Amino acid sequence: MFKDIGKLFLGNKKALFGLLLLTFFALVGIFAPFLAPYDPKNNRVETVTVLSEERDRSRTISREDLDESTEKRVYSQSVHTTYERITKKLPLKGKPSSEHLLGTTHSGQDIFSQLIWGTRVSLTVGLVTGLFTTLLSLCLALIAGYLGGLVDDIISLFTNVFLVIPSLPLMIVIAAYVSVRGVIPIILILGLTSWPWPTRVLRSQVVSLKNRDFIKVSKSLGEKPAYVVFREILPNMISLVMASFFSSTMAAIIGEATLEFIGLGNVSVVSWGTMLYWAQANGALLAGAWWWFLPPGICIALIGTSFALMNFAIDEISNPKLRKR
Amino acid sequence: MPLATVNTMAEEILRLQGVSKHFPIRSFRRFGEVVHAMDDVSFSLGKAEVLALVGESGSGKTTTASVIAQLYPITSGLIRLADPQAPDGFRSVSGKLSRKALLGYRKRVQMIFQDPFGSLNPTHTIEHILSRPYVIHDKVVYRRGEERRKTALKEQLHQLLRSVGLEPPQQYLDKFPHELSGGQRQRVNIARTFSIEPEIVLADEPTSMLDVSIRMSIMNMMLAFQEQKQVSFLYITHDLAGARYMAQRIVVMYAGMIMEIGTSDEVVQRAVHPYTKLLRSAAPAPEEGLKRNRLITQGDIPSLIHPPAGCRFHPRCPYAMAECSRLIPPLKEVEGGHWIRCYL
Repeated sequence: MFKDIGKLFLGNKKALFGLLLLTFFALVGIFAPFLAPYDPKNNRVETVTVLSEERDRSRTISREDLDESTEKRVYSQSVHTTYERITKKLPLKGKPSSEHLLGTTHSGQDIFSQLIWGTRVSLTVGLVTGLFTTLLSLCLALIAGYLGGLVDDIISLFTNVFLVIPSLPLMIVIAAYVSVRGVIPIILILGLTSWPWPTRVLRSQVVSLKNRDFIKVSKSLGEKPAYVVFREILPNMISLVMASFFSSTMAAIIGEATLEFIGLGNVSVVSWGTMLYWAQANGALLAGAWWWFLPPGICIALIGTSFALMNFAIDEISNPKLRKR
Repeated sequence: MPLATVNTMAEEILRLQGVSKHFPIRSFRRFGEVVHAMDDVSFSLGKAEVLALVGESGSGKTTTASVIAQLYPITSGLIRLADPQAPDGFRSVSGKLSRKALLGYRKRVQMIFQDPFGSLNPTHTIEHILSRPYVIHDKVVYRRGEERRKTALKEQLHQLLRSVGLEPPQQYLDKFPHELSGGQRQRVNIARTFSIEPEIVLADEPTSMLDVSIRMSIMNMMLAFQEQKQVSFLYITHDLAGARYMAQRIVVMYAGMIMEIGTSDEVVQRAVHPYTKLLRSAAPAPEEGLKRNRLITQGDIPSLIHPPAGCRFHPRCPYAMAECSRLIPPLKEVEGGHWIRCYL
């Protein structure tokens, strides 16, 4: 099954392109410290050079015989260091140049470096939230779908209630009330507002699989419920689970950017969302500083594209009729 | 219930006594209403007997098999399985069973489903599918060491595949269900069913989704197994001719109730119940040409949520009398072992 998916992923042009895009961003995120030319949070570059180092003569302070063949001495010596520090203030609101590929912010941070470091936060938040949401909704879907009856009714009721609450306003309201600003609250907020849709989709798949004949056969053979759920039902929905992981991740990246853009994230963290926040707070749009607000936007769109492309491929894998022969 | 003893066979293995199965409708508006899938169904299955259950779609045939396979609990009645240790030779299996007792029951009673593709999990190989019964019911010949055990299991699987005519067996073990044809898949299903050597096999229209050309060979294979291993068969079908070919006795069901029980020849050739006559006249008989004495009826199978009062068949019955719409006719014996639920 996994081998199949791997093979189809490499053979499918859309999936391959999506995978390459994701790999590119992942590599950028991982190697951000080596790739970024400047510190993303600092608006000055300091270079410290040691000009000379002078050492005095060392003086003996004390001396002592430990035994017949061993002695111990304590010395003192002082060192004079002469060094220079060159502090270069980066230009404020600089335009793109060879030194600053995407210019600088209102307070002089290098935007290109911010973009590279931002990849790390955005992608991590996206993937962790996607995983969290998918696992949560998969658990709920398996429980509701397999057990049925009252349990299903209760879980479905909550799913439906949360489904009709528009998630963006809910996200904003919760985020505004949470006093801790940072990445982890954002992951939790995004995860807790985005589980209903995948839960609903996965649950209906579980219900339809549960009524298939091979499940009845398993039961009439005497399989344990855990085996039926994890070995008979789950392998048949891997593609749907992956699809919901990709779309949750995509939604999480966009959701994170949204929350931070509104200023509900931690604005001192460098991510694509906070970049947009600062850009908008300093009137980049009015000033026509496209190099400030456009790159993070494009990056978010590209990541979204990569997940969407992989999702198409999953569709083709799970529905052989869509597969091109 | 006198009917429970109606049997031409000497020894009984399974008895259904007044079994009903009502499915509650899970809808707020229709709260409390139920689908009468099975009502007052009583028959017995003899040892090594083939009993056919005939009826149109929605008549409760599959429900009967599922209820016997303990896929869901019954609403009322008794299902009793032969047990030499019980005082009267039968043990009730319709109540709540312990996991161990249920597993023991499942080992004795197995089911074959209609859809050969749907009853094999598409994500597992044939080897995995066929080895599960051995793993669950511990029928692998244990020798020392895991490696030995694996070879023993593989040897068993080879034998099993050969016994259902899938040769050479090693060619099939690594395949996935979608790589097999319909007939081959049904052979795998039958192999799985017989792997744990059950005493009762419930076959739910096992050939209806197969090509006409391979139906016969599958039917003959099941009959051969049945004879060889002295298995009791509950053969569900909507095809009277097939039922007559396979079975010694036929039970005719309509709208969840038994209409007629008798030996195959009696039921097919000397049907008494109007519904059985209708079934017979619906079967194509090319040698008679197109002009035949078709039994004329109107209507469809009735709603099982609000089944008609009285005889379930009376709205469609050409011979319906006044009392048919008021009282449910009791089963009465026409001849020895031939029972009908009709006032005629």
